Amino acid sequence: MTSLVHDTRPALEAPAAAPAARRSRMTPGRWVVWALLVGGALVMAFPVYWILVTALTPGGQSRSGEFYLWPSEPTLANFAEAFASQPVGRWIVNSIVIAGIGTAITVIVALMAGYAFAKFSFRGRGVLFGAFLVTIVVPAQVTLVPSFLVVVDLHLVDTIWAVILPRAGDAIAVFIARQFMLKIPDALLEAARIDGAGELAIFRRIVLPMSGPLVGVLVILAFMGKWNDFLWPLVTLQGTENLTLPVALSSMQSSGIFDNPWGPIMAIAFLSLLPLLVVFLVFQRTFVQGIASTGLK
Amino acid sequence: MSTTRSRLAPWLFVSPGLVLLIVFSFVPIVAAVVLSFQQVAVFGQGTWVGGGNYAQMAGDPLFWTSIGNTAVFTIGTVPTSMAIGLLLAVLLNRAMPGRALIRALFFLPMVAAGVVVAVIMAWIFNGDYGVLNNLLAALGLPRVPWLTSPDVAMLTFVLAVVWTRIGFCMVIYLGALQAVPPELVEAMTVDGAGRWTRFRRLIWPLLRPTTFVLLVVNVVFSLQVFDIVYVLTGGGPGFATTVLIQYIFRTAFTNGEMGYASAIGVVFALILLGFTALQWRANRRAEEVA
Repeated sequence: MTSLVHDTRPALEAPAAAPAARRSRMTPGRWVVWALLVGGALVMAFPVYWILVTALTPGGQSRSGEFYLWPSEPTLANFAEAFASQPVGRWIVNSIVIAGIGTAITVIVALMAGYAFAKFSFRGRGVLFGAFLVTIVVPAQVTLVPSFLVVVDLHLVDTIWAVILPRAGDAIAVFIARQFMLKIPDALLEAARIDGAGELAIFRRIVLPMSGPLVGVLVILAFMGKWNDFLWPLVTLQGTENLTLPVALSSMQSSGIFDNPWGPIMAIAFLSLLPLLVVFLVFQRTFVQGIASTGLK
Repeated sequence: MSTTRSRLAPWLFVSPGLVLLIVFSFVPIVAAVVLSFQQVAVFGQGTWVGGGNYAQMAGDPLFWTSIGNTAVFTIGTVPTSMAIGLLLAVLLNRAMPGRALIRALFFLPMVAAGVVVAVIMAWIFNGDYGVLNNLLAALGLPRVPWLTSPDVAMLTFVLAVVWTRIGFCMVIYLGALQAVPPELVEAMTVDGAGRWTRFRRLIWPLLRPTTFVLLVVNVVFSLQVFDIVYVLTGGGPGFATTVLIQYIFRTAFTNGEMGYASAIGVVFALILLGFTALQWRANRRAEEVA
C-alpha cells in the first residue's frame, strides 16, 4: 500500500517538464475533450457551490419551483437565523475541541508507536504489530455495540472524551508512521546514543524534526476523519448542546425547527465544510496523499 | 544499563497506543463475539441464547433485505466510480489548459463529510423545490420522485456516493499512469499503434494491480456506507435503501437488541475480512509488480 501512497504524490501537480510544445498541439478534437472535462468538473463542483448559494438565498426563493443559479437577493439572514435559534456556536466549538484534541492525541500516539515498530527490535514486535493491523481489518462499525458499552462503563457518555478516546488509537496512522520512519538511518540514532542522549530526547530532537511531511499527512488525515466523523458521535453524544456539527446537521432536515429549513441548514453545512475546504486548497498535495493512503482501510 | 534502557524504550513508545487499542478495540472485538451469543437489553445483564441470534438472522427478512440492498449499492457504485475515475485519469494525464484546477474540482467532493454530502443531495434531489427537478420542469420535463419513490431512491443514493468516489479513483489511477514508462508508449507509437491499441495492449495491463487494489478498497468502502444513507433517505422509503450498518444501528439503538446487533456485526466482520484478505493479497501482488 505504501506504493499507492507514493505514486499519488505527483497526481494533482502539473509535471515540471510539461512542455509548452505539447500544449500548442491542442487539436480541435482535444478542445472538445477539454470542454467536456471542464463541463464535468463544473457539474462535480456544483453541489459544493449549491451549499453556498442556498445558504445565501432567502427562504421565499428556496421554497419555489423556479430554476435559478444565483439568488435574486443574496442575504445572510439564514446564518443569522441558524445562530439565533440553535446553539451553532457551541456545535462549532465542540467540533473544534473534539477534532483538535483527538488529532493531537492520535498523531502523537501514532508517531511514538510507529517509531517503536520501525526502529527497535524487541520481543513480541511482530505479534504486536499484527495485532495493531487487525484493528484496521475489523472496522469500528462492527464493534459499535461493545464499544458503546465500554464507554458506558467508563461513565463517559455525552462527554467529549466519549468521542475522542475510542477513536484516538488509529492503527492506520501507526502503520503510515512506521513505513515513513523505516527510512530514518539507524546510524544517526546510534550516534546520538553514543553521545549519551536519552531515548525521549532522540525522539524529540532527531526523529520528529525528520518527520515533517509525515506529520503533515497524519494531521490532515486525522483531522478530516474526526471533523467528519458521524456514527460514533451520533451514538455517544446526547444533549443538543454537546453535539458536533455533523450530528447536529443530521437531525435538522426532519425536525421542523426552521420555517424554511434549507437556507439555515445549508448555512450550517457550509460552516462545517469550510475548514476542510480551506485545508484542501492550502495543502492540496498533502491532502491527496493522505486520502490516497486511506486506501489501506 | 544501556541494554535495560534499550529493552524498555520500545515499550515506552508503544504503550500509549497499545493501551488505547486494548481498551477500545481488542476488548470490544472480544465482547462483540461474546455478546453475539447473548440476549442483552441496553443496560441489562445478558442471558445466553447460544446460536439463537444467528438462527434469528437466517429467518429475518429485514436482515436479508439489508444484505440485498448493500449488494445492489456496492455493484451500483464500485464499477461506475472506477470506470469514470479511469477515464478521467487517462484524459487528464496529458497537458491541457487549467489541468490542475480541473483535477482539483473532480477531487473536491472527497473533502465533504458524509452528512454534508447527504444534506446537499437531499436538497438538490428534493421533489418539490430541488434544483434538479426545477431544472427538469424548466426544460418541460416531468419532476422525478428522486427520494420518495422506492424504485428511484436507490439510484439517487448511488449517484450521491459515486459523486464522492470518482475523485478518489481518479487520483489513484493518475498516480499509476505516471508510473507507466514513457519510452514504452513512444515505442508503440513509433510502431504505429493508435491510442486505443496503446491503452488496451500496454496501459490497461500495467494498471491491473492498481485496478485490483481499487476494486477491493471501493468494495470495502461501499459495504461500510452509513452516514450518507442515514441522512439522505433514512433507509427508506420503507426499507428500500436500508444497508447493513444502518440495520445494525437500528437493531442496537432503536430496537435495543444489543446481542442481535452484535451478531449481525460479527457476520458483517466476516464478510469484510474476506474482502480484506483479497486486498492484502492484491497489495503483495502490486508491490511485486512495482
